[in-house]
Amino acid sequence: MSTFVLLTITGLGLGAMYFLVASGLSLIYGLMGVLNFAHGALITVGAYAAWWFGDQVGGGPGQRLLLGALFGLAAGALVAGLMELVLIRPLYRRPVEQVLVTVGLALALGALVQGIWGADPKPFPVPSWMIDTTSVFGANVPNDRFVEIGVAAAVLLGLTAFLRYTRFGLVIRAGVENRAMVSALGIDVRRAFTIVFALGGALAALAGVLSGVYFGVVDPGRGTSLLIFAFIVVVIGGFGSIGGSAVAAVAVGLIQQYANYYASAGTGDLAVVLLLAAVLLIRPHGLAPKVAH
Amino acid sequence: MSAALTVEDLHVYLGESHVLQGVTFDVPADGVTALLGRNGVGKTTTLRALMGLVSRSRGAIGLAGEDVTALATHAVARRGVGYVPEDRDVFAGLTVEENLRLAERDGDPRYDLVFDLFPELRERAAQRAGTLSGGQQQMVAIARALLNRNQVLLVDEPTKGLAPLLVADVATALERAAELTTVLLVEQNLQVVQRLARDVVVLDAGRVVHTGPAAELLADPDHIRRLLGVHGGGH
Repeated sequence: MSTFVLLTITGLGLGAMYFLVASGLSLIYGLMGVLNFAHGALITVGAYAAWWFGDQVGGGPGQRLLLGALFGLAAGALVAGLMELVLIRPLYRRPVEQVLVTVGLALALGALVQGIWGADPKPFPVPSWMIDTTSVFGANVPNDRFVEIGVAAAVLLGLTAFLRYTRFGLVIRAGVENRAMVSALGIDVRRAFTIVFALGGALAALAGVLSGVYFGVVDPGRGTSLLIFAFIVVVIGGFGSIGGSAVAAVAVGLIQQYANYYASAGTGDLAVVLLLAAVLLIRPHGLAPKVAH
Repeated sequence: MSAALTVEDLHVYLGESHVLQGVTFDVPADGVTALLGRNGVGKTTTLRALMGLVSRSRGAIGLAGEDVTALATHAVARRGVGYVPEDRDVFAGLTVEENLRLAERDGDPRYDLVFDLFPELRERAAQRAGTLSGGQQQMVAIARALLNRNQVLLVDEPTKGLAPLLVADVATALERAAELTTVLLVEQNLQVVQRLARDVVVLDAGRVVHTGPAAELLADPDHIRRLLGVHGGGH
């Protein structure tokens, strides 16, 4: 029982990070039709920006983590916003070039981070209370898992409220369905593009920060490894659906953990790919296609 | 009579296909002008080009004397052009109320007018638009355009696929709309055209082949058959 509880909470923690990456990715594709392969680089940017800034301000790990996280989020949003304005906007009707640019940017940003800070992992500031464990049904669960789950749940609630109750959220939900018609109603949907990109960048950076807490280190390859599973989450959840992404992220995180433990180590990734195949066969457009809610 | 909308030498390519080949016509202010023609002659493309929803390779579009050719779609709409697309294009995942709220552009949206014309929409305000019938979706699409004080309404086949009773309701709504603004209407149902239109523009193979008073065209069955490929009297 205690093992199952530990696996479940760890799987939810992992799912929380997948959700944070996938939600931005999903909204960006749903609204703009842009498959952003540079999204993983934003995870890395966020994680490294948080680590670097925390190092600059000094103090205890809690203070470094908090201030670093705020800086990391701002850096992720800024880089993503600039990415949209400078590189993606001129290419909205050219999907092949979009893919080339975002793949190139992912490689360039990864190389830039590695060039500045090297390939070795950097220790991430994690307060001792997050490393401590709490007993849940006999399982000693590291407290950072609760933080990751709590942050993702808060983001899910916040995003849902934003999409449902604000004028801007209404524009995004409508734009995910039919952006040409949104424009025909007199709404400049390009502004929404930049803001959604920046929002996605901030969420990716947040995932980067939480991955630093989860693994205790940051390294240049983190973004890419999280991005692969985030793409799977988006496809399973349905492009443009925040709720679908949340459900799919939890499913992917849990299945990975259970398969790795109950089958054999390493089968978790295979199980996730099998889940993807099954969902695509049964529901080709994912769990909740093309409706942002 | 002054023109609310002028279209001059408009050319549009869709892929390799030269769909509009120098379309030129004026839409007089107030009343309904019907844009007619056989299937595939470029009527819908003309409306989409006026909205900036397809790229225009050449030509000029004027709105009450102002050149709007280079404007993006949202800017054309903000100049006072309402658009009711052929497939309604309501936002299926949004409620009726949200569809209407999204369309609000002016400080003073005309909900009184909209709910007077379509009282059903008030009752179904909380219902997702994707669950409405075709006729109800058409009401939402027209209501979105009527909510603002537009100079011109571009309405694309509003009665397509509707039951006869609903056709009459839609025609009544457009009649009312035409009292408030200029309407450019693409419509296959000649009875509706007869009821609403003052003027007609007929397209064939991407070019204007006839313009004039609607009554004159509709009174001449041979002319109708030659230009539109149908018998007069409504099909």
